[in-house]
Amino acid sequence: MRAAGGADGRRRGGARVAGEVTRTGPLPGGEGGEGAAYDVVVVGAGVVGAAIARALARHPLRVALVEAANDVGDGTSKANTAILHTGFDAVPGTLEARLVREGHRLLTAYARETGIPVEPLGALLVARDEAQRAALPRLAEKAGRNGHRTTRIIGAGELAAREPHVGPGALAALDVPGESIVCPWTTVLAYATQAVRSGVDLHLNCRVEEVRPGDPHHRLVTRRGPLRTRHLVNACGLYADAFDALVGREDFTVTPRRGQLLVFDKFARDLVRHILLPVPGPLGKGVLVSPTVYGNVMLGPTAEDLDDRTATGTTAGGIAGLLEQGGRVLPALLDEEVTAVYAGLRAATGREDYRIAAHPALRYVTVGGIRSTGLSASLAIAEHVLGLLADCGLDPGPERPLAPVRVPNLGEAFPRPYRDAGLIAREPDFGAVVCHCERVTRGEIRAALASTIPPGGLDGLRRRTRARGGRCQGNFCGPEVRALFEEARNPPGAYEGDGR
Amino acid sequence: MNRTVDVLVVGAGPAGLAAAARLAAAGAGRVEVLEREPEAGGAPRHCVRPGFGADARGRPLDGPGYARRAVREALRAGATVRTGVSATGWAGPLALDVTSPAGLERIAARAVLLATGARERPRSARLVPGTRPAGVLTTGELQRTVALFGARREHVGRRAVVVGGEPVARGAVRTLRSAGVEVAAVVTELPCVPVGFGAVPVLTGTVVTELLGRGRATGVAVRGRDGRASVLRCDTVVLTGDWIPDHELARARGLPLAPGTRGPVTDGAFRTAAPGVFAAGGLLHGGEPAPVAATEGRAAADAVLDHLHGLPRSTGTAPVTAAGPLRWVTPGLLGPEAAPLLVRPERRLVRPVLTVAQDGVRLRSERLRGTLVPWRSVRLGPGWTRGADPAGGPVTVRAEEGSAEA
Repeated sequence: MRAAGGADGRRRGGARVAGEVTRTGPLPGGEGGEGAAYDVVVVGAGVVGAAIARALARHPLRVALVEAANDVGDGTSKANTAILHTGFDAVPGTLEARLVREGHRLLTAYARETGIPVEPLGALLVARDEAQRAALPRLAEKAGRNGHRTTRIIGAGELAAREPHVGPGALAALDVPGESIVCPWTTVLAYATQAVRSGVDLHLNCRVEEVRPGDPHHRLVTRRGPLRTRHLVNACGLYADAFDALVGREDFTVTPRRGQLLVFDKFARDLVRHILLPVPGPLGKGVLVSPTVYGNVMLGPTAEDLDDRTATGTTAGGIAGLLEQGGRVLPALLDEEVTAVYAGLRAATGREDYRIAAHPALRYVTVGGIRSTGLSASLAIAEHVLGLLADCGLDPGPERPLAPVRVPNLGEAFPRPYRDAGLIAREPDFGAVVCHCERVTRGEIRAALASTIPPGGLDGLRRRTRARGGRCQGNFCGPEVRALFEEARNPPGAYEGDGR
Repeated sequence: MNRTVDVLVVGAGPAGLAAAARLAAAGAGRVEVLEREPEAGGAPRHCVRPGFGADARGRPLDGPGYARRAVREALRAGATVRTGVSATGWAGPLALDVTSPAGLERIAARAVLLATGARERPRSARLVPGTRPAGVLTTGELQRTVALFGARREHVGRRAVVVGGEPVARGAVRTLRSAGVEVAAVVTELPCVPVGFGAVPVLTGTVVTELLGRGRATGVAVRGRDGRASVLRCDTVVLTGDWIPDHELARARGLPLAPGTRGPVTDGAFRTAAPGVFAAGGLLHGGEPAPVAATEGRAAADAVLDHLHGLPRSTGTAPVTAAGPLRWVTPGLLGPEAAPLLVRPERRLVRPVLTVAQDGVRLRSERLRGTLVPWRSVRLGPGWTRGADPAGGPVTVRAEEGSAEA
């Protein structure tokens, strides 16, 4: 299936043409002449890879974003804590500390421009014993070294006033303004959509199985055929070390760290106003309780080091542990229903920093070890990688503005179509609520299905609309949503032109 | 657009439609039923099986037939039934904000009846661990899938495991088999189940410990009564029963919930804590048969009529609570009017002694003849609470097993 744009009228100074989105069929630039090769191929369409592709799209380059899954943001980027961090607690002086700090500023501004919901709720690190209370000044001092100078220690009284439902035993807290909640799904979608609209090709279902380094072009063997590119970026997340191995590098090993999370019903949203973080201590990092931009409350994550990079299942022990800890932080939370149980894997590498490195001889940049702050740092990582690519000999050429993008608002704190009289008058489909729990209308579902990067499946549709993501989990709307999806995917002639 | 009606009924299921029919017939004025789904009738629409009573000529009705009749009767009585209309929140004590393809409305009423029904808990609310594959659904979604796409295996699966032991599990098995899906087993934590699963093996005292599969379900891990773990291979898992009221509007109005049912607390006349707001049907307790919900709808209609006629709201209501192995009792409040109680046991109870008491004084105590089962409620007639003081302390309903005094 092919959507958007065409292969004709290739840029290089000319008018910008949207890139292609492909899910099947052979790839452009595999065989044939010099002009068919890409200048840069970014492997991995998570939040980091999509941000890099978007940054490259500002320049007149032939760029492809290549992804093994059938959708963007389908790995760690879809299953995280959805927090836009300030970087207050990073290890001062590290690359991560700098990029998270910059990324927070960049993404906050970008979200405003593109409609990604962000709520700057601020965080409270709640101390529950004397040792934790004693640790607060040190954390405030560390935040200062990270450039965050507005933290403040508050007493139990102020904490109780600001968070009346917090459980007994809270002694004090560190108030961290600026910590925000964000929609991780539409962030990736905005980056990737803007990249494609600005000329980047997006090839999904396209796992890279082999890399044959060469000059002037590397040859990538993918599940969908060969690709040639002058420069190569590894944004493979959990598989960054495996991809490094394809080009003969063995600099680090990714140890997947599983985080199980529970999402509570929207009825719980009024119980908490800030991101409630535990004070890190010798017994581990503990779990956080945070509102989500969708109007729910999230509890998690666990931190379990695993060997299996596909172990995104939850466990009875993990769930029980979260409930026990969550009940201490916010006792009333446990009275509400759980709407989602999931697990994500962070790409830990045994070092308290990112593993971003340029390999100029290979015209290759590895963006690895983006442990748990990739969403926050993504835009800054992208700028940093652009610089590394230049070190690898890439001449990006002049800069030009990106094609504009607005993503559908999935945030509860911002206007939604079902309450928009003008929109419904113009398009009655936006008054037809299909998913009742999340109040998603037929208009929104059809718009997502017809968008620049249409979803690859029902889960992708959920990440673009929230349909089927509510308290009934599709009990009421599941079949209708599926019918809409199948109708969009299978109209007569939809499979034309994939070249097979 | 702002409008005013006499009675606004939210939900065109058995309770809402029965109430609307009675209200319209009794001259309550403009009675409007809002239904968010494209079609009125509620859950019975998707239950293609007999057991919904009989029509005027004595022919047995199935769910869809029952639903059609309920809609017809409400319309014939003069009620307005609007489909594809979502009530999204409260605009005042007796006014709702509404979204439909026709636009936004704010509808005020002299009385509001909430009849928003119930749903089965999905996998997440049951805290079932494991992966998140496709093919895990509730009976409700299964029935809707078959109603929308037809009874075809492509849209359901090839081999299913049904989880749960309430009668609705039987409905799931029937629907699966009609779609040509093999049912590998019914798995239930209950030590026994209602009869009627045919040749399908029933694993009692068994819990699902993990869902397996990526992309599509490949099986469920279970632990049997003897503690032994095993894996049942399947590509479809149907989670049945385990009802939770769809109480969003009730909670948005700030109505207190009954701890056992999680439905809004009402008195015996289906009045909620908010004057002019009533509640009936599955919203009060999921999983009751449609005729029970309809009966409640009619009774609620009578109370709505009293309210419209300006009859004073009775004062003094005593809370009703369940004790012993009882999961819930409704209504949650006892007013001066005689009202029956509906009681649901937590587990199977053989000839239990039921006792209703208030402030330490026994109102009635009796050994029931039969066996109570957790998938069926027991109705205790108004005689059970005779003598209760509506201004007094909590009324408790207690069940005890054993051979004590009769």
